Amino acid sequence: MGLFILRRVGVMLLTALCLTFIVFFLTNLYPNLEKLAKTQGNMRMTDEQVDSWLSERGYLDPLPVKYGRWLGVVPGWTFEDPDDGKVRGRCIEPGMDPAEAPRYCGILQGDWGFSTVFKDEVGTVTANRLALTGKLMFWVMVLMVPSALLIGVLAGMREGSKLDRSLSTFSIASTATPEYVSGVIFITLLASSSGVKWFKGTATSAADNATFENFFLPVLTIALYGVGYIARMTRASMTEVMTAQYIRTARLKGVSFRNIVLKHALRNALIAPFTVIMLQFPWLLNGVVIVETLFNYKGFGWTLVQAAGNNDIELLLACSVAAVFVVLVTQLISDIGYVFLNPRIRIA
Amino acid sequence: MEPLTWTGSLSVLNPIFLGLWALLGVSVLAQIVTSFFGTEVDVVGDQLVVKKTPNALAGMAVKYSFIGAVLITLAYLVGGILIPGLEAKGIIGIMATRFLPVWIALAVTFALSITFKRKLGLYGKLFDSVVGMIGFAIVMFWVFTAIFGAMDFIVTHDPLSQISGLKNKVPGTAVPDGNDVYPYYLLGGDNLARDVFSRMVKGSWEVIKIAPFATLFAFMVGITLGLPAAYYGGKLDTILTFLANLILAFPVILLFYLLVTPEIVATGIPVYMAAVLFIFPIIFMVILINSRFYVQPAKRNIYLAFVLVIGLWLYAGIAWNADPFGIIEFPPNLLVVFVSVVFVNSPTVFRIVRGIALDIKTRDYVAAGQTRGEGPWYIMLWEILPNARGPLIVDFCLRIGYTTILLGTLGFFGLGLSPESPDWGSTINDGRKLLSIFPHPALAPALSLMSLVLGLNLLADGLREESLRD
Repeated sequence: MGLFILRRVGVMLLTALCLTFIVFFLTNLYPNLEKLAKTQGNMRMTDEQVDSWLSERGYLDPLPVKYGRWLGVVPGWTFEDPDDGKVRGRCIEPGMDPAEAPRYCGILQGDWGFSTVFKDEVGTVTANRLALTGKLMFWVMVLMVPSALLIGVLAGMREGSKLDRSLSTFSIASTATPEYVSGVIFITLLASSSGVKWFKGTATSAADNATFENFFLPVLTIALYGVGYIARMTRASMTEVMTAQYIRTARLKGVSFRNIVLKHALRNALIAPFTVIMLQFPWLLNGVVIVETLFNYKGFGWTLVQAAGNNDIELLLACSVAAVFVVLVTQLISDIGYVFLNPRIRIA
Repeated sequence: MEPLTWTGSLSVLNPIFLGLWALLGVSVLAQIVTSFFGTEVDVVGDQLVVKKTPNALAGMAVKYSFIGAVLITLAYLVGGILIPGLEAKGIIGIMATRFLPVWIALAVTFALSITFKRKLGLYGKLFDSVVGMIGFAIVMFWVFTAIFGAMDFIVTHDPLSQISGLKNKVPGTAVPDGNDVYPYYLLGGDNLARDVFSRMVKGSWEVIKIAPFATLFAFMVGITLGLPAAYYGGKLDTILTFLANLILAFPVILLFYLLVTPEIVATGIPVYMAAVLFIFPIIFMVILINSRFYVQPAKRNIYLAFVLVIGLWLYAGIAWNADPFGIIEFPPNLLVVFVSVVFVNSPTVFRIVRGIALDIKTRDYVAAGQTRGEGPWYIMLWEILPNARGPLIVDFCLRIGYTTILLGTLGFFGLGLSPESPDWGSTINDGRKLLSIFPHPALAPALSLMSLVLGLNLLADGLREESLRD
């Protein structure tokens, strides 16, 4: 077990390195850098000015060197201004004596860089936004998991019944409705002048003060897309369990239907959905980006969009590290949890 | 001119229609609640008879109110087509009339398919399942709408032309006098005073022309890589699985934001990606033919030459935009969208194919093929692949739906397609800024997208049921 986790963590680190390198490569292509220089400096810069702006800031060095700097295994760039003789550098904070500045400053030293969009340390920006998205995710899970399991179990306990048909139709409809469609419909029906005005169409204020009025619609929108999928998996697993031999034995012994479902079937039926719920996290991340943009909730997804739209390289890298981390950790948890839930599986 | 009403002179049916829907909702709830109580049995003579329960009563109410609602909906559509005069037709009637070519095409398709369903294999079996038929009808409705819409049959206005005074107007608004065009905006105007109905119809073409082909390409890539990974195993499998997981670990939206930008298009990276990804279908076809016909060189050479000429011609045109005859061209904007969607989808297909192939390769008929001395590619493509077709076809339908959602996402973030493009995602994105005041411009494409994906999901469900019956 220990070796298994160790190997998985090793693969995880390798994946994270590869992915950040790809993001690094794509954001450091010359047209992207040119755009960055023009948005940060001056829209009317000539090509030579763009070049000097970029080379002063170390953007034109070879890719592996830049990537090494970001990681913190290559010394940061320094540049001596020919006009006033001041030395600027990646590791030199404003007002710091260049001689005292550390040579290395990358993520290994805990320095995530400086966001060019938010004019703040990337570490603090990402942490704040992740906390906000964590709040959103928490309520999504609170709403989504119990309702999905309930729908799945109710539909699966009597396969082919009317209840099964109607709940299955609902699950299919919910998986067919992407967030940007359900969000639009909800806002139209529940938060606009043409429907009823029970909720607010924007969740910006929910960042500081989340109430039912401003936070329910985004949560519902994300949850709805996931509910159908988890419910269908639960239903499939429940119907499989309900046809098992031991359920038939229990029936023949005269155990009541309620007891069969609650005591015999339910626990065995919930193993498969656990994995599915864990693997839903990456999808939720996708939904989070859409919903946060739609409802203007300034969390992680919204930040990702801002960073990508403005080619904020270091923020984008931090975002991708966070996203990759979420994806891989949930995969790991789902594998380990599966072993605990299903004692028949052993991993050497 | 007066604005149109929704149902025109058929509005007498409206109260009955609403009443039936209310009854349907109540009786469905009642049925679910009563289903928790068991049934009781009576002994009549020497027979056991199930008592009439509230549940059965609710079931009947559901059945009849549903049939009634469907009949009235049909009456709206058919009546709308038959009643003369635009005002009398109402918005729904006019739309039904505009969709007339689609209805005819649908009727012909269904009549032909149901007549010959026993000779059509899995496709024919689809018409044994009600769910599958409903799904197929919805999907084909949008396919025909896209095709006829692209031929300018259904649309009422040019999707890009603006008429002043119709900005954000509600559905059924009349076009001001002096404009020599169709006299109404059926589904209202958007925030640039363009016709929502025409844009919705034109938008379906944008979706239908990309989603199925992108999915098909993703399947070719996934199959060509997934089969050998499962069959040979070892290092090849490890490397390919790692690469697939690598792409899957990427948040899709981040990938789109990085790939689908004008800056990336300028560097030419999409062209190289297209060059790599689009070579797979050709490899697939070549191996497919070669493994089957290599014992008949004459036949093989003809087939191979045919595939290579057509394939490389399309390849040069689509991937490199260098068609020697200048017939095929692929705008770089569209190419980057296409490539990204294929790129995102193929690892999932790879995993599915690999999983199924790992299972099938342990079967006896594969061992028998190996004993007969069949080559590895023959076994993969002609023994394993046909036996994996059931799950793959089902996943293909689901994946077209997912690709449609992805394309909508791209449009929603304003990536890739030009801002004026009428595709559904971009239109939803345009409409969302004024959503709480003028919801109709975003609502029409949103509902269209939802119904198309729903249709694809139902179709996949029907196919799954029928393919399991084999």
